Amino acid sequence: MSATLEHPGAKNVAAESEPRGTEQVAGTKRLVKGNEALALGAVHGGLEAFFGYPITPQNEIPEILSGLLPSLGRVFLQAESEVASINMVYGASAAGHRTMTSSSSPGISLMMEGLSYIAGARLPCVIINVMRGGPGLGNIAPSQADYFQACKGGGHGDFHSLVLAPWNVQEMFELPALAFDLADRYRTPVFILADAVLGSMLEPAVVPDQIPPLRKVSKEWATVGRGRRAVKNVVNSLYLDPEVLSAHNETLQSTYREARREIRYDTRFTDDAEILLVAFGIAARVGLSAVRLLRKQGMRIGLLRPITLFPFPSDAIKHLAKQVRQTFVFELNSGQMVEDVRLAVNGISPVDFYGRMGGVLPGPEELAEQIRSRIGRGDSL
Amino acid sequence: MKNEVLIAGFGGQGILLMGRLLAEAAMKDGYHATWFPSYGPEMRGGTANCTTIFSDEEIGSPIAACYDIVIAMNQPSLERFGPKVRPGGHLLVNSSMVPIKCERRDIQCAYVPAVTIAGQMAQERVANVVMLGSLLGICPAPILSAYEEAIRSIIGVKKPELVKINLDALAAGRAAVEEQLCAPV
Amino acid sequence: MSIEMAMMGKASADDRPATTCDDVECVMARPASMTDKLMHYCPGCTHGIIHRLVGEMIDEFGLLDHTVGVCPVGCSVFAYEYFQCDAIEASHGRAPAVATAVKRTDSSRFVFTYQGDGDLASIGMAETIHAAARGERITIFFVNNGIYGMTGGQMAPTSLIGQKTTTSPSGRIAETTGMPIGVCELLSSLKGVAYLARVPISSPKNINTARKYMRKAIRAQLENKGLGLVEFLSTCPVQWAMSPIAAMKHIDNTVIKTFPPGVFVDRVDPVDATSTPMPAVAHTGAEA
Ligand SMILES: Cc1ncc(C[n+]2csc(CCOP(=O)(O)OP(=O)(O)O)c2C)c(N)n1
Ligand code: SF4
Ligand SMILES: [Mg+2]
Repeated sequence: MSATLEHPGAKNVAAESEPRGTEQVAGTKRLVKGNEALALGAVHGGLEAFFGYPITPQNEIPEILSGLLPSLGRVFLQAESEVASINMVYGASAAGHRTMTSSSSPGISLMMEGLSYIAGARLPCVIINVMRGGPGLGNIAPSQADYFQACKGGGHGDFHSLVLAPWNVQEMFELPALAFDLADRYRTPVFILADAVLGSMLEPAVVPDQIPPLRKVSKEWATVGRGRRAVKNVVNSLYLDPEVLSAHNETLQSTYREARREIRYDTRFTDDAEILLVAFGIAARVGLSAVRLLRKQGMRIGLLRPITLFPFPSDAIKHLAKQVRQTFVFELNSGQMVEDVRLAVNGISPVDFYGRMGGVLPGPEELAEQIRSRIGRGDSL
Repeated sequence: MKNEVLIAGFGGQGILLMGRLLAEAAMKDGYHATWFPSYGPEMRGGTANCTTIFSDEEIGSPIAACYDIVIAMNQPSLERFGPKVRPGGHLLVNSSMVPIKCERRDIQCAYVPAVTIAGQMAQERVANVVMLGSLLGICPAPILSAYEEAIRSIIGVKKPELVKINLDALAAGRAAVEEQLCAPV
Repeated sequence: MSIEMAMMGKASADDRPATTCDDVECVMARPASMTDKLMHYCPGCTHGIIHRLVGEMIDEFGLLDHTVGVCPVGCSVFAYEYFQCDAIEASHGRAPAVATAVKRTDSSRFVFTYQGDGDLASIGMAETIHAAARGERITIFFVNNGIYGMTGGQMAPTSLIGQKTTTSPSGRIAETTGMPIGVCELLSSLKGVAYLARVPISSPKNINTARKYMRKAIRAQLENKGLGLVEFLSTCPVQWAMSPIAAMKHIDNTVIKTFPPGVFVDRVDPVDATSTPMPAVAHTGAEA
């Protein structure tokens, strides 16, 4: 994988925050289901306490964790609802533990109040959304319609979660550990956005044979009981004085700016590209196939795949927008990430969009045909 | 080399296992591989299908609109997916369950009486592995030993006593197709 | 007892003449308030029987024209496809809140919810308790199969101690997951409840009892007495990994030990002075 950094000056991705799963440990390559990879990846990444409520298409995650976590002396609890799950996450995180919940779109919607409190209280945690078709009950087919919800805050108030988007089972294993590291480093919630296909497909992945022992991350702010500490700790998002709340908001915003160091993306065939395709997650897999098809037909097209959706790889896209004639965005929604692409490109070259909704995952031929027929048609929304 | 294989039939015919075995064999033979089950309303009591893709380069989309190989375990699957075989591709039909023939002339079809063959081995349940073996007759990869390893690792962990009959079923399926493709048409 | 008969919702003690081929007599038909849509339930699942009972009741009381059904999220998510009445699909657990508003905006409607145990007793427990506490004039048909059927057999708040589910792989343990929630026991302290009963759907005889209970739970609403709820002990042969017959026996032999059947509250035909109905709520809206 040729994951690249937004800022060439920054340290290498792998060196800076290597997901624990990829350290030099003995591992076996085997067929792993996407949801299984997320569950194992979280445990390898130091997950201490999981809280969740059943929902398709992510049920393998709690099912695996319900056996695995207790056997390791860690906490698994099936909550009575997603409202309870996210508030249990709030509690476990406040008490200084690596904690996670997982759900799919309707359940994530229920968590939005709690998420806002978590962000307001600057608590680290990981939230997995194996997205399905919406709105409402929708269906259980793959979708990316929760991009806005995850990347733009989702709950009330000015806040963000960091958002990671895996595109294969190996990344489904590796990203949870990275998510925990980022959550602890920036004290923000971190989303992993997968979808119904990534969750239920099998693919070879290398999973270390041994689960590493827990590495306690010290959190001086955590409400673990005062002990001999000189001051008491309070986890809170209530700031009645507007000036104080304003300053608190400034802190949050500067955290998000700092987190731009963590921008990750992946490019294919972009060196000589005249056309750029931007897609994430499962859509980028279809995108890669479409790019290969179009290249065979002589089109010089390349793919950029954001791995961090927030912070967004705007500079990299802007840079390529100067090189290419046209940019296409492909998503499994009505056009959400395309707004961030347009902001990045900022009129340098035309941006066009193709999306499918309702859980439809089009084949590469369909996408290639859409791109081919739209070349030169310019910016259309 | 890239092969997009669709396997379809009734739920309970071991469709998903076939796709898994194929993906496992491909992985063991050094290929990139993906397996994706179809799910949704049609799952309960109805048809089941899965897509296995293996390739010597990184796999993009884990699903496809057309396939290089379709294995049809029942008639509805033949009707639905027969038209989706790429020209020049292969269609493998479980003729024990499918009384009709495919009319396409631009693809190669083979008819394997998988249930009869499995029945002769006194285990009708291995009809799925007979069909899987028929793949060996038309597609050089993955190699036989990779399939055998896949059977040992996937079936063998839970039911070691069933390994031998499945290996025999694999061989029988291969033989059935080779005979048919060599025979003058 | 024949499961087949039970499946058709036919009463056991009923001695109608057997039909012969040359003298065909229709002894029972689909209730008029049901559609002829083929149900999607697994073989042997008692959701189908309970649907039929609901249909029979709507017919019996002649309520079809002003019934609004509120369906849950669970295996019965498509219940609206099987009834001829108007229906609303609620989000998971919220049916009592939705029903509250439908009833309060026009008290002449007959409003029922049909809910599973995950829906009613887990994610929707707050809505359940508060609708009961307020004495909403709604009727709740509560299908307790002790499991999350739709999502693939996870533990429910009503799963039995020791029951193996996909999220209690070594059996439910009280120390970490608590004891099963008895919804009737829990709600019986609330004065807004006018009728509360539990019945196993395990034999034609019990199905007849279910009819009796349902009539009262409906009357609780029609006679403006308060909330009516019937809890059905229902099977889920697929997620319990049992044959349909074994599943019914399991209800009779095991499930009723945790969930004893019977009438818990009856303020519809009160037998003692303590069960006086709560004062009627002031209704506003459409009828005004
Ligand atoms: C907010 C939300 N969380 C989770 C789900 C997934 N879900 C669908 S049905 C269900 C539980 C069904 O169990 P139950 O209510 O007992 O009904 P049954 O299927 O057993 O009849 C769950 C958790 C959902 N649809 N929405
Ligand atoms: S899963 Fe269980 S409750 Fe759902 S339809 Fe099947 S048997 Fe009935
Ligand atoms: Mg249930």
